[in-house]
Amino acid sequence: MNGILGRKIGMTQIFGPGNAVIPVTVVEAGPCVVTQVKDGKLDGYSAVQLGFVEKKKQKTTKAMQGHFTKAGAPAPLRFIREIRSAQAKDFKPGQVIKADLFAEGDMVRVTGIMKGRGTQGVVKRHGFKGGPKTHGQTDRLRRPGSAGAGSTPGRVYPGRRYPGQMGNVQITVRNLKIVKVDAEKNLLLIKGPVPGAPDGILVVQKIIKKKA
Amino acid sequence: MNKQAVLNSIAAEFTKTAQVKFRPGDTVKVQVKVVEGDKERLQAFQGVVIQKRGGGVGATFTVRKVSGGIGVERIFPLYSPNIAAITVVSQGAVRRAKLFYLRKLTGKAAKIAQKQQRAAAPVEAPAKA
Repeated sequence: MNGILGRKIGMTQIFGPGNAVIPVTVVEAGPCVVTQVKDGKLDGYSAVQLGFVEKKKQKTTKAMQGHFTKAGAPAPLRFIREIRSAQAKDFKPGQVIKADLFAEGDMVRVTGIMKGRGTQGVVKRHGFKGGPKTHGQTDRLRRPGSAGAGSTPGRVYPGRRYPGQMGNVQITVRNLKIVKVDAEKNLLLIKGPVPGAPDGILVVQKIIKKKA
Repeated sequence: MNKQAVLNSIAAEFTKTAQVKFRPGDTVKVQVKVVEGDKERLQAFQGVVIQKRGGGVGATFTVRKVSGGIGVERIFPLYSPNIAAITVVSQGAVRRAKLFYLRKLTGKAAKIAQKQQRAAAPVEAPAKA
């Protein structure tokens, strides 16, 4: 298993090798509790279910309370995510996973909910170029242009990119480097930005290099 | 957990170094570490501070000098470990925080007046006769 749940703290910068400035995102990663292990027999796939951030028992449904008690978690947990892993068998419910799962220099992918941007046009949402500003143009600076051909095919093909809701969806950023691990405070310093606003919940997973 | 406190604690490793106090308008000498091959030496950059911006570990300052008739500006991260020392050569008397107007001035007009030192103690008003 090679992942952990975390909470985005924010961004800052540090001076790295050669005294170069490195922009980093600070993520509070763990401690997470293994709440369930799926080994593939019953569920058809193997994964480890992790819980993160304790919450009050009164705010937990009886059903979930039972789930956490069965796992042997010290308290009910607010966020639950599954991490697919072939080595799920090696883990036991109740086991605690901390930030020391990672080491300096590890490459990771980070999944989170991107900040919502509301309804946006095609220029911002899809990176369209828009229309010309000059040479007799009116009202077409940020327009999408043509949606397709004419009588043939006589319809707009599915998948045509249009204005609409942008953001507030789950995205994954790959190939981010762990610059530093503070095992004591359960902090990860990841180079560059990660999805979402501060306090957003993240899944940080180690990238396993394929054998050549 | 206070998020800003966590960020500050990470930056603290770099910002804790004692800093020389200087302001825009001051002439400073910045000793920069330069690595040539496997040798490290110091290179001085002397000029007028025309800007200080940012807070915390991300703070920078801009030094401007005129070298051979060509204006040269260099932006330094305030807490960069590459800066060995900053010394204030003279304090300037200026009335704004960003001295970008200096870029358009040359010669005597581009000169900044020295800051006048205040008198040590105010003289007591003479008693009325």
